[in-house]
Amino acid sequence: MIQISDLSKNYGKLKVLENINLQFSKGDGIALIGPNGSGKTTLIKCILGMVIPRKGKILFNKKNIANNWQYRQNIGYMPQIGRYPDNMNIGQVIEMMKDIRKSVSTVFDEDLIQNFGLEKIYDKRMRTLSGGTRQKVSASLAFLFNSDVLILDEPTAGLDPVSSEILKNKIIKERNKGKLIIITSHILSELDDIINKVVYLQDGNLKFNKSISEIKESTGEGKLSKAIANIILNKSFNEQNT
Amino acid sequence: MNKILKYVILDIIRNKIVLTYIFFLFLITLGVFNLEDNSSKGLLSTLNLVLFIVPLVSVIFSTIYIYNSSEFIELLLSQPLKRKSIWLSLFNGLSLSLVFAFIAGTGIPILIYHADITGLLLILSGAILSVIFVSISMLATVYTRDKAKGIGISILLWLYFALVFDGLVLFVTFQFADYPIEKLVLIVSSFNPVDLSRIIILLRLDDSALMGYTGAVFREYLGTGIGITVSFTVLIMWFIVPLYFSLKRFKKMDL
Repeated sequence: MIQISDLSKNYGKLKVLENINLQFSKGDGIALIGPNGSGKTTLIKCILGMVIPRKGKILFNKKNIANNWQYRQNIGYMPQIGRYPDNMNIGQVIEMMKDIRKSVSTVFDEDLIQNFGLEKIYDKRMRTLSGGTRQKVSASLAFLFNSDVLILDEPTAGLDPVSSEILKNKIIKERNKGKLIIITSHILSELDDIINKVVYLQDGNLKFNKSISEIKESTGEGKLSKAIANIILNKSFNEQNT
Repeated sequence: MNKILKYVILDIIRNKIVLTYIFFLFLITLGVFNLEDNSSKGLLSTLNLVLFIVPLVSVIFSTIYIYNSSEFIELLLSQPLKRKSIWLSLFNGLSLSLVFAFIAGTGIPILIYHADITGLLLILSGAILSVIFVSISMLATVYTRDKAKGIGISILLWLYFALVFDGLVLFVTFQFADYPIEKLVLIVSSFNPVDLSRIIILLRLDDSALMGYTGAVFREYLGTGIGITVSFTVLIMWFIVPLYFSLKRFKKMDL
């Protein structure tokens, strides 16, 4: 569904992504992991067309996304830090997004709005919201349009345990419908039942791209978090020795 | 595109600054016309105010507005929308609001006190100046990430067009007063939209007699129907060109 070839990006002298080749198919649950500053968010923003790559191309449903915008109809995006117009309230933001995307989908998925209880605080201004509430708005907007692809950048960061559980269940539900889900997170333990593939980025380089069963097999660990930690530690251990 | 425009305009109205601007312009223009004993003098004073205040308010308001909309732009960019339509909606929203404010604030008193071609030309050039300075501010914001720097550049550009440029032209004219440089001055003036608007209006007022030979040359070229058409074409270029370059840059920006 999404095919990334030879993608490179730099901000000035700083290389953020180097020759990334990846392929995401329908129904996949991808975990995009890596240390801070490894280029995860930049990769996501490249897919969304918010960052223009220096080199390489991205195909979405076999169409190049450069200078294209229609493909974003199929993407629901939840940013890491949701930034919204300060003097609008929650209700207005949600109405505005519905209005903008109305022509594309007429059925809205308001599960999250209801489950998070956002309707009760519709008249709160965006600038008065706490980080967690902002995340709830971002998540609700990402799922609102029944998009085929969901891109979630640190979805549960800042959410309380109850909300985080609601969101997780929603992600699993959507994944079971056969949607492609790309998720970045540092909390590996919560990814366990959501994903089937792991993409590991470090310093803008693709370190590995494996399915979970492969990882668990090769490390002999039952838990994803331990398995990944195992691989990362082994890698740095090997690097130190050579 | 119209949808985004709707939200931009709603946002600007909610902002209330534009309403204050209308009220302020209205009060000043009305005051000026009442102070002068004939409406022609009133129009001249209004002209000077318009050439000073309109560019300043347009350039600063739009610069700050665009910086403050960065969240809004970011939100829209992840949606199925063209970058071009986002940028043009911002431009249209700002231009429409400021032109409306100018016409409501200054246009109505002018039409009451001095409703002739000259008055209409002043309204037209004030409206185009508003749009030109929106366009210039969009160019300034797109080339600087830093808000303080961007606003600084906008203010400097305004200073240049409103004050410095005139000074330079005057200096050169005085230095080379012995040579026939009237045509050169005419061409140089079109490099400044504020000056160009001033000359267009001045030539239609009786005071242009005070401008001597240069005034006569100006009148010969700009006083005619063709001259006015050409000058307005130049004014229109003054907002199309910055807008074009800002759009070109915005399309390639990382957000």
